[in-house]
Amino acid sequence: MMHENLAYVVSRSTAVSNAAVWLGVAAAVVAVAVPWLPYFGSPAFMRWATEVMCYLILAQMWNLMAGYAGLMSVGMQAFVGVGGYSVFIFAQHLGVNPFLSIPIAGVMAAVAAALTSPLVFRMRGGYFAIGTWVLSEVFRIGFSNVSALGGGSGQSLTVMTRIDRSTREIAIYLIAATTLILASVGINLLLRSRFGLGLTALRDSEAAAESQGVDVRLLKLQVYTLSSLGAGLVGAIYYTSVLRISPFAAFDLNWVVAATFIVVIGGIGAVEGPIVGAAIFFALRWLLADYGTWYWLVMGSVAVIVIMFAPAGVWGYIRGRWDIQLLPLQRRLVLLGPSKPGGASAAPSPHRRTGAWQG
Amino acid sequence: MLEAADTIIQGLLLGGLYALFAIGLSITYGVMRLVNIAHGDLLVLAAYLALWPVTSLHMNPFVAILPVVVLMFCLGYTLQRVILNRTMGTNFLAPMLATFGISIILRNGLQQIYHSDSRSFDIGALGVDSIHLGPYIAIGEFPLIVFVVSVILTLATSLLFSHTRIGVALRATSDDAQTAGLMGIRANRTYAIALGLSLALVAVGGVFAGMRTTFTPESGPASLLYAFEAVVIGGMGSLWGTFAGAVILGMAQGVGAKVGAGFGILAGHLVFLAVLAFKPTGLFERSR
Repeated sequence: MMHENLAYVVSRSTAVSNAAVWLGVAAAVVAVAVPWLPYFGSPAFMRWATEVMCYLILAQMWNLMAGYAGLMSVGMQAFVGVGGYSVFIFAQHLGVNPFLSIPIAGVMAAVAAALTSPLVFRMRGGYFAIGTWVLSEVFRIGFSNVSALGGGSGQSLTVMTRIDRSTREIAIYLIAATTLILASVGINLLLRSRFGLGLTALRDSEAAAESQGVDVRLLKLQVYTLSSLGAGLVGAIYYTSVLRISPFAAFDLNWVVAATFIVVIGGIGAVEGPIVGAAIFFALRWLLADYGTWYWLVMGSVAVIVIMFAPAGVWGYIRGRWDIQLLPLQRRLVLLGPSKPGGASAAPSPHRRTGAWQG
Repeated sequence: MLEAADTIIQGLLLGGLYALFAIGLSITYGVMRLVNIAHGDLLVLAAYLALWPVTSLHMNPFVAILPVVVLMFCLGYTLQRVILNRTMGTNFLAPMLATFGISIILRNGLQQIYHSDSRSFDIGALGVDSIHLGPYIAIGEFPLIVFVVSVILTLATSLLFSHTRIGVALRATSDDAQTAGLMGIRANRTYAIALGLSLALVAVGGVFAGMRTTFTPESGPASLLYAFEAVVIGGMGSLWGTFAGAVILGMAQGVGAKVGAGFGILAGHLVFLAVLAFKPTGLFERSR
């Protein structure tokens, strides 16, 4: 190994990951084409798909915070609620186009997060988690007391009746699909960038990251604001789709419970985690649909068992066992044998263990 | 003026109840840096545990507190031993996520068994009797009992920490679990005692809360938030600080409720946020 002119290439992909990228592109194309497909283009399927996508986006945002920036939030519903209410304020009360109101609502949630961040960032770790929950309660009580927004009982998005029903459903579905695709690609590109390298360092050790010149505080603030933008978009899309909002639904703890369980079960701190987790989450929901609260009992138990026995989640277990990376963020040093370039004997083992930077 | 004094006194007495919610949370954070998200749901569980002896065996709710406290201590010890100790490590996330899971299991489990009907314990005339101090000020007998019990339990816990072998073990593990381990103190066992103690105290708060007002399986989160706010307002590392934080929270809620119906809880949250803004280490922080 101490060879002077050792030949190597730095690889950021594997055969499986290349296939996964094409699979992802195909999935995105199919997702966008859904409204024009038979059966899948039905309103019921699109409503269901919109909901699934909302949860998946929220889980990705929660993962970005908890999995990378070490910020566990139990108060993400604060920004789901602000996003949802912003759509109602802009579309219903200010006369802005409802679909245009959705991105505006996302920005409003990000602004709300940035403005309140000096308060919640005074807390760390577990205190931060519960502190964000208190903030969400303050928002909920605040919105409950605005009578123009329907007070405690909420209101309906009546302006949407001006838009033809099928146009409305297709548009919301497409906005949800686009947001999901943008969020997924965005998070991947982000984590591959200099910013992501800082985040990964932060995930592995806050002290070490700081000593390497990572501005930990700024990075956490950026992640918090960015995830709140995502949560705001989720709230905006979801409540535009169901056409009704109330403080109890919009600031419901279950939003963050779902996001947390999806990420914990799927695999925290891995980009593939939320996707795997969401699949398990919705499969369980479908299986236990007729059993009411049993669904949450089972979800809670699965989450506790995963935390105890497979802390890296289902995806982490699969990755650890078979070394599969669908969306690799790490760089692998692939050695090209000095005598036989690309020789099969030299390449496989080193890049599995020593040559890979755990990223 | 006297009416204002009455509001303050009612808030102070409510703070006594919140102190019973909060001291347990303060202990687990102090000893093992655990923010127990299931704390509020465990409080509600304690109230439901008292429900059976009270309704079926016609046990006096005050007497029912005793077996519930013992049960909750055992539950805390077991939870820490079987589940949480496995997740304790360098990262605060895993144990906290485990308590999040436990919280959801408890809330939905109680929902499954008891549905959403609100329950309470009937304490007869004690619930309405009060001691009159002049025309405007009346001190309820029951809130006064809760307050006195709360002071006694805070004092007892404080003495336990300062004067007993278990207290020494708890403090040593809090300071440095590894070094304490070298002295023969097993952290796993100490942590289990800490959670047991925490739940024993919150059990008293849970049953008292059920006597004061109604409870449902959904009452947990609010109780957790009050307990948390009291701990943060009071500051780290001091049980009496937590007690004082609870009293301040109770008074803030009392004054808020006087200003307008529905503003009580908001006022408590706002005082909490104000403390964060101006004195984030808490009002009565003591480095331990």
